Amino acid sequence: MFKKILIANRGEIAVRVIRACREMGIATVAVYSDVDRAALHVRKADEAYPIGPAPAAESYLRADKILEVAQRSGAEAIHPGYGFLSENAQFARACNDAGVKFIGPTPESMEMMGSKTRARQEMEKAGVPFVPGTSRGLQSPEEGEQAAERIGYPVMLKAAAGGGGKGMRLVHTREQLRSALEAAQSEAQRSFGDSEVYVEKAIVNPRHIEMQVLADERGNTVWLGERECSIQRRHQKVLEESPSPIVDPDMRRRMGEVAVRVARAARYTNAGTVEFLVDQQKNFYFLEMNTRLQVEHPVTELITGLDLVHLQIRIANGEKLPFAQQEVKIRGHAIECRIYAEDPDNNYFPSPGRITLLLAPSGPGIRRDSGMYEGWTVPIDYDPLLAKLIGYGTDRQQAIMRLQRALYEYFVAGIKTNISLFQRILRDPDFQAGTFDTGYLDRLLARGNSDDSAAEAGPAMAAIAAGLFSILDPQSVQGKNGSGASSAAPSNSSAWKQKGRSGALR
Amino acid sequence: MTYEVTVDGKPHRLEIEKAEDAWMCRLDGQEIRVDAILARRDVLSLLVDGHSYEVKREQTATDLHLWVGSTRYGVEVRDPRSLRSRRDGAGDEKGPKKIVASMPGRVVRLLVGEGAEVEAGQGIVVVEAMKMQNEIKSPKKGVVQKLMATNGATVNAGDVLAIVE
Repeated sequence: MFKKILIANRGEIAVRVIRACREMGIATVAVYSDVDRAALHVRKADEAYPIGPAPAAESYLRADKILEVAQRSGAEAIHPGYGFLSENAQFARACNDAGVKFIGPTPESMEMMGSKTRARQEMEKAGVPFVPGTSRGLQSPEEGEQAAERIGYPVMLKAAAGGGGKGMRLVHTREQLRSALEAAQSEAQRSFGDSEVYVEKAIVNPRHIEMQVLADERGNTVWLGERECSIQRRHQKVLEESPSPIVDPDMRRRMGEVAVRVARAARYTNAGTVEFLVDQQKNFYFLEMNTRLQVEHPVTELITGLDLVHLQIRIANGEKLPFAQQEVKIRGHAIECRIYAEDPDNNYFPSPGRITLLLAPSGPGIRRDSGMYEGWTVPIDYDPLLAKLIGYGTDRQQAIMRLQRALYEYFVAGIKTNISLFQRILRDPDFQAGTFDTGYLDRLLARGNSDDSAAEAGPAMAAIAAGLFSILDPQSVQGKNGSGASSAAPSNSSAWKQKGRSGALR
Repeated sequence: MTYEVTVDGKPHRLEIEKAEDAWMCRLDGQEIRVDAILARRDVLSLLVDGHSYEVKREQTATDLHLWVGSTRYGVEVRDPRSLRSRRDGAGDEKGPKKIVASMPGRVVRLLVGEGAEVEAGQGIVVVEAMKMQNEIKSPKKGVVQKLMATNGATVNAGDVLAIVE
């Protein structure tokens, strides 16, 4: 087994991996940028070395600096976490060349899955289901009409070189197709210099469901159940759960088998995730494969009882998967809330700054993977994910109730967080009934907030507490909440003066 | 002790007196006996008639929020006997209006120059944090009297970015 592992990441995932290493008796090496000296992962690791300025391009994305630290510290393997260098085939290759084990798939698997067209070609060979369509450019409107007739309206016209919604048109009827195709082609030409447009069946109100796979380096591949990831905003997942409310054992087995086929076709090793789009008839279509550990991996860990990071490390060490597919048992229900530094009152804009008060939940069925602590200043330079709160229960309803209870206990002051958003989602009847799709969260937010959970005596208690705070805990002047080191220092008025003033008035 | 307390815009008159083992509070004329303990800085535990309330305090650069359970209330406290006046022009429609950063970040773009005429709701500067850009808008129609924000500068929450007159 490895004696020392370097974690090429920061935040909650770096802490997560460090914890697994400590549990396995493996020493850990953290790396950090200039603004992360006080970050939690630096405090939790056995060793920590600086790798450059705040911008990720000059620190966490610098493969050369990270490998230099690995050599200097004698780390035998590198865990990349998610984001940053985790899906960078060049980095994986550089690790191999430097004689450091990259904990993840081979660079070849990553390259195959990184290119959409190559992935599609390989997966078609393996018989993986795709959204029906032409997957090559339409030569004429007539060809488009024939294809649309064959796959059935509504259809989506998509630019072959596309991205970001450009060159895309939703077409409901044959009459709309000709003009939509012309518009899509000219937009594609203007945006990408390539007018090639193909047609695909439009999946109306899809769900986004993914399947966890695990493969050792000896040819064994297993699936570990799905994760429902349809609760999204700005194409960013917000809440995930496992199992999905719409997946039954038969569908799970079929999705799992397709995911294993995908992984085998890519000669995949280590932990990976196969993403599917699911339509209203529960047909599922391959979307892409994520060649890394996912943010939402804890929900799978809770319902399978497995530790994916332990298994990643064992697989990278050349060990055989310690169980077979039929030994994987799914038990109970888990839901994850991604706690972001975002301001619900300001359109969920990121809200970094100093955390002045942190009250964290615990208790039955609650797991909290966090990278923050009270007194820490959340830097402005990185992703706003602060922590993950995961609730586990015998069934979905108990998991929901436990999370609601834990969110009630969770309190973060100094920065804004999206904690209140989860209270809204979890008490929403549609969410509780399991009826939602990828458009759900935008619709929920558009409806406005009708919070009836407030105590009747709330305003009176707030008024009384305002007076009692000025007597028992006077601090009418506080430092500004900011990212600078000076933010903690009190400004012009001294606490002694405040104390004296309130004392004199008593 | 007498306070004028505004909770979510609604004014209340609050009197507090120390009793033997509790606080006698008179809120808008109604007597309420409160057993209060400061559990830690910014956290009060209140017992009223056997009911338990946990109240958390959050002071930002511009606002005071109190949370009762998981419900947030915007609160202003004034002590009428204090010589300090709370009026600092905030909320006043007339006169110069300060435009402050609502959160820390980096100024990435100035959308107008000093002396420019702006409409209410027009963007003044763009502040970036955590890879997201936020356009800070003018709260009123007027002229940009002063522009403190500079390109590339790091700002803290509450920093004045510009003044519109």
